[in-house]
Amino acid sequence: MSIELSLKKRQGDFTLDVSFRSEGGITALFGRSGAGKSSLVAMAAGLSRPDAGRIVVGDTVLFDSKAGIDLPSERRRVGLVFQDGRLFPHLSVLANLRYGEKLVPVAERWASFDRVIGLLGIGHLLDRRPAKLSGGEKQRVAIGRALLSSPRLLLMDEPLAALDGARKKELIPFIAMIAREFSVPILYVSHAIEEIIELADNLVVLENGEALASGPLEEVLCDLDLSAITGRLDAGSILLAEVQEHLPDFAITRLSLGTNFLNVPQIDAPIGSRVRVRIGAQDVALALEKPLRTSIQNILTGRVASMSATPEGQADVHVEVAPDGGGLLWTRISAIAAAELGLKRGDPIYALVKSASIARSAMSVRPPRP
Amino acid sequence: MEAFSLTTVEAEALRLSLWVSGWAVATSLPLGIFCAWLLARRNFPGKSLVDGLIHLPLVLPPVVVGYALLVGFGHRGFIGSWLYDSFGISFAFNWKGAALASAVISFPLLVRAVRLSLEGVDKGLEQAARTLGAGPFRVFFTITLPLVAPGVLTGSILAFARSLSEFGATITFVSNIPGETRTLPIALYTLTQTPGGDAGAFRLCVISVVVAMIALVASEILARKVARKMEG
Repeated sequence: MSIELSLKKRQGDFTLDVSFRSEGGITALFGRSGAGKSSLVAMAAGLSRPDAGRIVVGDTVLFDSKAGIDLPSERRRVGLVFQDGRLFPHLSVLANLRYGEKLVPVAERWASFDRVIGLLGIGHLLDRRPAKLSGGEKQRVAIGRALLSSPRLLLMDEPLAALDGARKKELIPFIAMIAREFSVPILYVSHAIEEIIELADNLVVLENGEALASGPLEEVLCDLDLSAITGRLDAGSILLAEVQEHLPDFAITRLSLGTNFLNVPQIDAPIGSRVRVRIGAQDVALALEKPLRTSIQNILTGRVASMSATPEGQADVHVEVAPDGGGLLWTRISAIAAAELGLKRGDPIYALVKSASIARSAMSVRPPRP
Repeated sequence: MEAFSLTTVEAEALRLSLWVSGWAVATSLPLGIFCAWLLARRNFPGKSLVDGLIHLPLVLPPVVVGYALLVGFGHRGFIGSWLYDSFGISFAFNWKGAALASAVISFPLLVRAVRLSLEGVDKGLEQAARTLGAGPFRVFFTITLPLVAPGVLTGSILAFARSLSEFGATITFVSNIPGETRTLPIALYTLTQTPGGDAGAFRLCVISVVVAMIALVASEILARKVARKMEG
């Protein structure tokens, strides 16, 4: 189901003016704190009112300032998972889970109770009070509670932000599974790009109340230097590759990327499954001729798609390594190297990537093609 | 053993006090919760005025409140006469009047306790309930009210205890009628005005202390029970 969102709101000096469209799956809303992410979520859930705009999920209009439509929160059926869980402290876990479920007409319930608690592994917690749950358990119950209200859209507002590193890692697979098992579109708000790369299909980058970019995650990340926003993540591209074969003797997995192959540290994924690989722009070298007898395992053939100079006196070169889009490799080389190579758009070129520079944590297995 | 059993007069005063205070709290509770909610959650013009009006009985001499009630709710009072003509309800010189006086005097205590408790409720929980499909009324009765239960309890006990000790407004409004408006404090006052009533007055004193203590201890135990329930 698609989401269409276009919202305007002034709050003091801050103006939020965002508009994007997504065809479902997990759409991540990424931005620094203060970029307007939480305001956007509140408006989508009907907890705050935009000055103007339109919110449509599937074919249901939740808000349309021109048509005078403004469904109240309780009629939007937008499930919201908050950062702090917000479980009702006076009710048991079971009563929390049933709270939203019993308010949905039986015919419109798509999430079955047994399936949801089974998938989230919270069956043993039903008699407990929220105060007796760990942080991760609380978030799982909160996700279950939102799912059981059979929402049209599931909003997750930094659901992992309150958890420590280990708990975060535990919860991510649950969120990925929900997106896989149920067809509910998810709007996932986060300021942690690593989480987003692991989970999201689409990405909307928010900065100062505006959407800088939106679209399929691989494309957005290839167009945009997020290091300016995150301050942590270096420039780099995300490639969507397919598992070709495993070479256990060398602890290597070979991925195919168009006509190219990419050897990476061995991962646990069946042959044919799709893998998202992050390659840092600084970890790629370029050559005009195919290097022979080199230790570098990954030599990708491609064409120069675009070039630009960075403010730091370097050159960014985008190399198309797979013809059907989604295979744009971002490389960052020194300006002098770029000058000596004399690169032009459309030039054939070889991109060199060390296997060891691709960490296991930079890869995530994607759900199979729908 | 005879010293520990109540005389008819004492029993009557005690029964009347509990009856009047019980009614005073029970009938003012819904309005008290509503006023607390209004003050805690809403902004409207004249809010400070409403706030002041509710708290007025706390700072006014009870005699003033009693006299105002007499003027307003007496037989010839503008509200009293209308109530009597339209519904046959009369507050003049009966236990209902005593309950009304107690309710007005103890109202600010009730509202303050509930309001304090309401201000402590995380609005995020109410928002969460809204997104789960609950309308404002359902949110209030299934989330807000249960969460302020400790405050409602504390407020009720405070108001009940204050009602038990109500004297000035009651005697001014509904006088001192045995079996009708002669509550514990008024009975005690009567005995102090009677020659040779000292022993009886002392006994009523002790009864008042015991009842008040029971109310306070009961509230403490209940509050702890509620708190334990929240922690699971």
